[in-house]
Amino acid sequence: MSDNYGSKRVVVGAHYGLRDWLVQRATAVLMALFTIVLVIECLMPGEMSYEKWGAIFSHQWMKVLTFITIASIIWHAWVGVRDVLMDYVKPLAARIVLQVAAIAWLVGCAGWALQVLWRI
Amino acid sequence: MADAKAIKKRPGQMSLLDATQYRLPPAGWVSILHRVSGLIIIILLPFVIWMFDTSVTDEVSFDEFRGAFVAGIGFVPAFVVKLAALALIWAFLQHFCAGVRHLYMDFTHTVDKEFGRVSALVAIGIAAVLTLVFAYKLFIGY
Repeated sequence: MSDNYGSKRVVVGAHYGLRDWLVQRATAVLMALFTIVLVIECLMPGEMSYEKWGAIFSHQWMKVLTFITIASIIWHAWVGVRDVLMDYVKPLAARIVLQVAAIAWLVGCAGWALQVLWRI
Repeated sequence: MADAKAIKKRPGQMSLLDATQYRLPPAGWVSILHRVSGLIIIILLPFVIWMFDTSVTDEVSFDEFRGAFVAGIGFVPAFVVKLAALALIWAFLQHFCAGVRHLYMDFTHTVDKEFGRVSALVAIGIAAVLTLVFAYKLFIGY
């Protein structure tokens, strides 16, 4: 392990995928939590209106939870897209172009979502 | 000689056409639907954020959001908006149900064949039924 660098570096083996695997589960739990909270908030008594909908996201804790969820979505989606591209897109050039496009798409969406979230 | 050649010939990478020839078990369907629904959600993310933006910004944009499902928005007719919403709803429900199944199996180490089959059918079933409920609400009861 001490000389695990340079051209002889071992790039496959146990634990290399563990972080991604764990990240995907942890972010899934966080997003499920957000979903449950949002559904409960929506089912609270009262007709759905702008007042009710806007009030849900006006609390600071809900903003923080939504922020965590947005971060979870892009990280979770990145792990998933990477898995799918590694499985189906074999030519290296095409795979890298698609991976860069996916990152750009996800980061762009996250930026837009955060802008909306923080002006409520 | 011909036999030896036939044995040596390896199938190589499976083509999409070959893949469609396999009859998938329910767990296999959940697996591929998890990928499909995940991709649908990623592609529809701008639609999600647009809905979040217009519904939450102010009263005027909230009415614009509601109007999109009644009279359409810009050049997009209302039924296209509803169809996109329904696609998103199914993809979310399918991904959510299959995801909960996944997490349950990870946490409880449930890996037997029968649970895999039954829970796969349950996940697809719950997502399909709830999608029908939302479809009714969107297209008939709205």
